[in-house]
Amino acid sequence: MEDEVIKKFLYVNRKAPYGTIYALESLEVVLIGAAFDQDVSLAFIDDGVYQLKKNQQTSVSSGIGVKDFSKTYRALEGYDVEKLYVDKKSMEERGLSEDDFLVDVQVFDEAQMAELMEQQDVVLSF
Amino acid sequence: MLHTVNKSPFDKNSLENCLRFARKGHSILLFEDGIYGALKGTRFETLIAEGLKSSTIYVLVPDLEARGMRMDNVIDGVKATDYAGFVDLSAENKTVQAWL
Repeated sequence: MEDEVIKKFLYVNRKAPYGTIYALESLEVVLIGAAFDQDVSLAFIDDGVYQLKKNQQTSVSSGIGVKDFSKTYRALEGYDVEKLYVDKKSMEERGLSEDDFLVDVQVFDEAQMAELMEQQDVVLSF
Repeated sequence: MLHTVNKSPFDKNSLENCLRFARKGHSILLFEDGIYGALKGTRFETLIAEGLKSSTIYVLVPDLEARGMRMDNVIDGVKATDYAGFVDLSAENKTVQAWL
C-alpha cells in the first residue's frame, strides 16, 4: 500500500509472567502490531523483567501445567520485533543480569527509557 | 498457623505484612508470584533472612520452575515443597491466613 502509515508502538510490560494474564496478553498484542508492519518496541520494567528469565519450565507432569510462552520472545525476531529494552534498576534490584535473559536486550537507564517513551506515537501498558 | 503469600514483593506489600504479623513457630508458604520473595540477590533477602529466625518458610517448586528459577536461586534455609506438601501444610495447621 502506498499510503501505508507506520506508527511507533511501545509496549510497556510491568508484570511477572503466569501470576496474572498481562504478560501473555501483551505478547499477543505485540504480534498483532507486528503483523501490521508497525514500528514495535518492547520495554520491560518492574516485575516485567521476569518475563524474560531463561529456563521457564511449566510442564503438565511436574510443573504448573500452563503454556510456556517465554519461547515466543525468541520468535519475535522473525516478526521484525527486535527492539527490546530492559530497565536497569528493575533488573538490578531483582539480582538479575543480562545473562539471565532468554533474548538479547538493551539495558536502559531512566533517562534513556524516558526518551524512548517520548519518541512513540502509541504507548500500550500491560 | 500457616501464612500464604502469592504476590510479588515488588508489586504488593503482602510479604512484608505477612512477616510483620507472623509469630514464632508459624509456617509461611510462598507460591505463584510470591516465589520472587524467596530468591537470593533481591532487596528482600534480608527481610526473609530475618523471618527465618522465627518461622519456617517454604517455596512451591512448580511455581519456582515455571518462572525460570531453581532451588539454587533460593535463599538458604527456605524449604522446598510441592502440591502434596501444600496440602499437608494446609491440613496440619488449624488456620490459614492468605496474604493476597
